[in-house]
Amino acid sequence: MRIVIENVGKTFVDTKKHEVTALTNINFSIEEQEFVVLVGPSGCGKSTLLNIVGGLMSPTSGSVYFEGMAASDKKPSLGIVFQEIALFPWRTVYENVIFGLEEQGISKQEQQDKGKHYIDMVGLTGFENSYPKQLSGGMKQRAGIARALAIEPDLLLMDEPFSALDAQTRTLMQEELLTIWNRTKLSTLYVTHNIQEAVYLADRVIVLSRHPGQIKEIIHIDLPKIGRDKDEYRVQFEQYADQIWQLIRQDAQDALKEG
Amino acid sequence: MSQQRQVITNRVAFLEQKIPAYASVLGISVLIAIWEVVCQLEIVPPLFLPAPSAIVMAGWEMTVSGELFSNLFASLYRILGGYAIGATIGIIVGLALGFSRWADAIFSPIVYSIYPIPKIALLPLIILWLGIGELPKVVIIALGVFFPVVINTFSGVKNVDPMLIKAAVTFGSNHFNVIRKVILPGSLPMIFAGLKLSAGTSLLLLVAAEMIAAQEGIGSMVLHYGNLMITNKLMVGVLVLSLLGLLFNKTLQWIERKLVPWK
Repeated sequence: MRIVIENVGKTFVDTKKHEVTALTNINFSIEEQEFVVLVGPSGCGKSTLLNIVGGLMSPTSGSVYFEGMAASDKKPSLGIVFQEIALFPWRTVYENVIFGLEEQGISKQEQQDKGKHYIDMVGLTGFENSYPKQLSGGMKQRAGIARALAIEPDLLLMDEPFSALDAQTRTLMQEELLTIWNRTKLSTLYVTHNIQEAVYLADRVIVLSRHPGQIKEIIHIDLPKIGRDKDEYRVQFEQYADQIWQLIRQDAQDALKEG
Repeated sequence: MSQQRQVITNRVAFLEQKIPAYASVLGISVLIAIWEVVCQLEIVPPLFLPAPSAIVMAGWEMTVSGELFSNLFASLYRILGGYAIGATIGIIVGLALGFSRWADAIFSPIVYSIYPIPKIALLPLIILWLGIGELPKVVIIALGVFFPVVINTFSGVKNVDPMLIKAAVTFGSNHFNVIRKVILPGSLPMIFAGLKLSAGTSLLLLVAAEMIAAQEGIGSMVLHYGNLMITNKLMVGVLVLSLLGLLFNKTLQWIERKLVPWK
């Protein structure tokens, strides 16, 4: 099953009643079991795009659809990992993880099995009964990831999931995410402004530019999925990172000036 | 040679000072003791201020004769009934106003224009409508409880993080489940603030309503003994009201801890 983003555009009306084009002419697709990363400077509309794909915002033009699914089939399921984490503070880790399963109406037994399985996968065993408040930032986001994985979504969306974490935790979480991803092989759309992260995780990197937000280039990362941080790939890794940086640099500088 | 040194000590230790458990009863015990001494020395005539011991004696007498409990139960029935009705409807209406923009636009002006009326001013009207039985008292308490609960619930709903609503919808929640699983628990802390606020209001309205029109109840008992100038029995009523308020608040706190363990 492919996810197609076709001619998507989005315009906002700002406070002075001016039309602002956030996204224009966005065309790409996410193949089955593909990990696509959207990268771009701040204000390029990457989060807007992810929200549109995630059904949290409607595009002004164009559409997003799952190819190879009839309209009568059951709705494709989406798992979203939020930048703000968005765990329900009144639910324990376990209750948060099974939230989507509850809403799917599957049996309690199955909820328990899957909940346990994914909590174990993200390494939160022993914290099932903790409230989010009692967890560290990294652990909260693990719970957020487990919640998204638990529904075994047709498309996994991640919106800068590690941007609130410190650099060390972030590196570890990236490694863990790769390990987890290799076990589940979910089609994934991942948004980040961190170029290293993009090269480390992606099958394909989509570089967005700003004013208006549009696709500047799509780059295939031709490295083995696991172990890109090894010495033997360092040169290639840096080349990819540099190539992306050169594409973004001017935009990022402009963004900085505008504040 | 002795070394010179300057030890750095915690200069904000006063922020985490440990207070012994007896401190919280100290103030009230001393107050009662002074009160007792003042009365025993007859500095104040017992008609104006009876001694604590005299109040306890009178309370014991009234308990034995059954007078206290028949009044207390009459009052409890009214206040618990009125409170339960007012709080339940208040929470439901508050959730509806918070969730539906239509309901908000249509009903909020009504709620806000009735809210500032001191509810006791409506009692004569309500007695006219409903007679002088139990119903008008229950209704007036329910009304007094309803408004603070509605307004707090409403702002609780408005303060629920929209991100959490988005998260719930993403994971497949329908509107009903969004209310039940996100908006209701998210606004619970504010709802409890409203419930505690209206606990005081309900006690006030109870006594006022009973003083205006009732044969039985703590309020009418207090008024009755006031008219007869039997001050120590009057004070028993006041004491019971204070305990009732305390108990009410403690119960709400206990329920809150049970329902909001995640705060």
